[in-house]
Amino acid sequence: MTPPLLEIDNLRTWFYTDSGVARSVDGVSMRVDAGETLGVVGESGCGKSVTALSILRLIRAPGRIEPGSAIRFEGKDLLTLAEADIRHVRGNRIAMVFQEPMTALNPVFTVGDQIAEVARIHTDMSRKEAAAKAVEMLRLVGIPDPERRATEYPHQLSGGMRQRIVIAMALVMNPALLIADEPTTALDVTIQAQILELLADLTRRLGTSILLITHDLGVVAENCTRVIVMYAGEVVEEATTSDLFRHAHHPYTEGLLGAMPRVGGHAERLATIPGTVPAPTNWPAGCRFRERCEYAWERCEQEHPPLYQIGEGHVSRCHLAVEPERRANRHVPIAAQVGAGAA
Amino acid sequence: MDGASVRRRLVRDTRVRIALVVLAVIALSAILAPHIAPYDPKQQLDITHLNGQPPSLAHPFGTDPFSRDVLSRLIFGTRVSLAIALSAVAIAMTFGTLFGAIAGYVGGTVDAVLMRIVDAAFSIPTLLLLIVVIALWGDIGIVSLTLLIASIGWFTVSRLVRAETLVVRNADYVVAARALGMPGWRVLVRHVLPNVVAPAIIASTLAVGNVILLEAGLSFLGIGVRPPTPSWGSIIQDGSERVSDLWWLTVFPGLAILITVFACNALGDALRDALDSGQLLSSFDDAPLSS
Amino acid sequence: MRRYLAGRLLQALGVVVFVTTLTFVLIHLAPGDPIGQALQGPNVTEAVRNEWRAAYGLDRPLPEQYLRWVASAARGQFGYSFSQHRPVRDVLAESLPRTLLLSSIAILFSFGLGIGVGLLQAERPRGARDRWLGRVLLLLYSVPDFWLALMVLILFAYRLPLFPAGGLHDSVTYAYMSPTGQLLDRIKHLVLPVLTLTMLSTASIARYQRSALVAVLRTDWMRTALAKGLSWRQAVRQHAFRNALLPTITLFSLTVPTFAAGAIFVEMVFSWPGMGFNTVHAIAARDYPLVTSGVLVSSVIVVITALLADIAVAAADPRVRLS
Repeated sequence: MTPPLLEIDNLRTWFYTDSGVARSVDGVSMRVDAGETLGVVGESGCGKSVTALSILRLIRAPGRIEPGSAIRFEGKDLLTLAEADIRHVRGNRIAMVFQEPMTALNPVFTVGDQIAEVARIHTDMSRKEAAAKAVEMLRLVGIPDPERRATEYPHQLSGGMRQRIVIAMALVMNPALLIADEPTTALDVTIQAQILELLADLTRRLGTSILLITHDLGVVAENCTRVIVMYAGEVVEEATTSDLFRHAHHPYTEGLLGAMPRVGGHAERLATIPGTVPAPTNWPAGCRFRERCEYAWERCEQEHPPLYQIGEGHVSRCHLAVEPERRANRHVPIAAQVGAGAA
Repeated sequence: MDGASVRRRLVRDTRVRIALVVLAVIALSAILAPHIAPYDPKQQLDITHLNGQPPSLAHPFGTDPFSRDVLSRLIFGTRVSLAIALSAVAIAMTFGTLFGAIAGYVGGTVDAVLMRIVDAAFSIPTLLLLIVVIALWGDIGIVSLTLLIASIGWFTVSRLVRAETLVVRNADYVVAARALGMPGWRVLVRHVLPNVVAPAIIASTLAVGNVILLEAGLSFLGIGVRPPTPSWGSIIQDGSERVSDLWWLTVFPGLAILITVFACNALGDALRDALDSGQLLSSFDDAPLSS
Repeated sequence: MRRYLAGRLLQALGVVVFVTTLTFVLIHLAPGDPIGQALQGPNVTEAVRNEWRAAYGLDRPLPEQYLRWVASAARGQFGYSFSQHRPVRDVLAESLPRTLLLSSIAILFSFGLGIGVGLLQAERPRGARDRWLGRVLLLLYSVPDFWLALMVLILFAYRLPLFPAGGLHDSVTYAYMSPTGQLLDRIKHLVLPVLTLTMLSTASIARYQRSALVAVLRTDWMRTALAKGLSWRQAVRQHAFRNALLPTITLFSLTVPTFAAGAIFVEMVFSWPGMGFNTVHAIAARDYPLVTSGVLVSSVIVVITALLADIAVAAADPRVRLS
């Protein structure tokens, strides 16, 4: 078996804040294989963005990647690389596309310059060659009249165009892995589809793997081969996309699926998961989803669930894996009982 | 933002502790001036033998050309300088806060007109005008001096408070209060003002330092606090004709000003940092790059 | 863009008119007048003083005096300085270049230093270097301007007589020097005032530059720059710096009034006969025309720099330039 392109092993990224240590990413492991698109899903605050930033070591004080974590990529541990070597990876072997195209570009440089900069950093291209490369990239991401657009500033472009620029910037060096952190959240629905299609098309042609971070299971269904569901700084379920949609195991995943609007579905109210994500400075003992769970029982309070293997390539961090009969015992979650009036 | 964590941050900040101790010592010496000053600050002790004497045991900060004890004048000067600074800032801040809050709260034309006034005030050389006015009007008292200083000190705070008010005005609880029929001025006093105090307090702390500097500067030009009343600036003025030999008249009051203003500014900076990073950290998960 | 400029110009003009009118009114409402000041003493009767007042138009109603002054000021006639016994225009022509010389050198130095120090601080916000530089700057920021000038004078002119204590040049020997000697003498006289003024303004410029940079460092596009593979230092110097320079241009216009004020004290302490020095002395002498013109000139300079700074920002910021 070929080794995975990227392998994250027990990643813990903690933030040392005044109100305590926020364990935003708390022992996450995952892998991305060459050529695949892996989806990472979860509510905001589950640690998915921090995981993404940790891969490129873009975490700054008060955040810290704890010792014992490892991120292996192309045979190297990114976390032990020298500063100069990790810079060689950033934008070159691993590129990122951020959530907010409105703010991800520097307002005082032309978009052409910003794309060309990537080539200038990682190759010995001349200024002119890099500028030509930028125009080529603009054409690649489907921007009309690329020569003219290259000389424009970010504020002169629409949100969708800007996200294309960001993607162009990410693909300049033809990276092995593209990390896309909610690349479409800030865009109009119609533009969202275009951007996702563009990403899928380009990476298919270039053979790039994608780590696609999103809170939208619909996006996952259309784009990803495998999915990782994160909750409270941990992976709670991992499966192939079809497995996940057919037999979701973790109650949190069930909740997310229930909260997903379906085309042609009944017009009934969308199910929501009661309660909120606990504070990262104070994760509950036992199962972190317990208070919001419809099945939780005593064991969930006492024992932090491990990742149970429940099928081929399918794991779930839920004690239901060993006590499946408990699934019959549905009850109102604690979070819903406490805040009953509010919901 | 979380009030408790701001407080925690302030208490842990060394700057805050040092600044508070320094300011407390200075305030105490102002209050207790008659008890701790070794001499009468206005008394000319011995005009023939004690004029312009360098620091000695009897006169640790020396004497001035009128044979007055500089240490005593400095201690009493603290009263004058602090009183002017605190009252000018109190007046300016009250006025500025009200001005900004009304502009922000009422909005529309009122806001536009009021803010135009502030813009204009920012673009004129206020210090020069102040000097012109004070100098030409001659022997003005400490009260008028304070009022005049206050009159050029409220622009910044009014801008700050207005910006803050604009935010608060649309907050749910303010909208709710208005919807419930609470009269405008009551909403302003009960809901808006308490929420704009934080920036006003920071501005005040920094302003006290500035006013101390301003008063000292005016007194140094001989147009601020008039003799024989001592203020920090006027003691330096007493020695300004002979700085080459009477250096103690310059050095000690200047250090007093420097230490006080430094403490005020350090405190203001610490307050600002505490409030600022409070906002920053609350969203740390979204912006792990911020440091 | 053109409309924006026209609006700004109109606003600037309004401020100048407002300030000079205010000054004019304030000065004339103040007790005392130049004739009373110049012709003091029991030997001059009130009748004589009144004749003089009539001769200079000082007995006319205020609005009339104001209009006369505006009319002649518009023609470049600023009246006659009672205290210096020569036309105000001559006084201005002599003292304005001196102040501009002093301030422009100090502005050059303090912006260079201030921007540099702010950059050094912002590279590692809250790091050791940032904290120590911050403390030094806060100390300088808290120093009374006149006191710093006096201390510099005491230290470098009296205790260690390295530099002359004041004036434009050596009052006795200057006339007998070679051209190079004269230049050196002038430079020597500039050192202390420039040093003082530079120290005073560097503090606020650096503090401002630091906070502008720190704000920029938090932006998403800084993160993008790092994700591209730029080093932190490169990202700060190439990406953040350029953005943070925009507020610095604005700061420039905010600094000029402060400079005007700082220059007053520095000129007083170092007996530098520039605008500040002249204006303070003119106030003491109730020299109406000189004071009014001094304020007029300073506000015109302040307003023009603010205007230029706004235009510069508009030119440098593509978001403004292209909208």
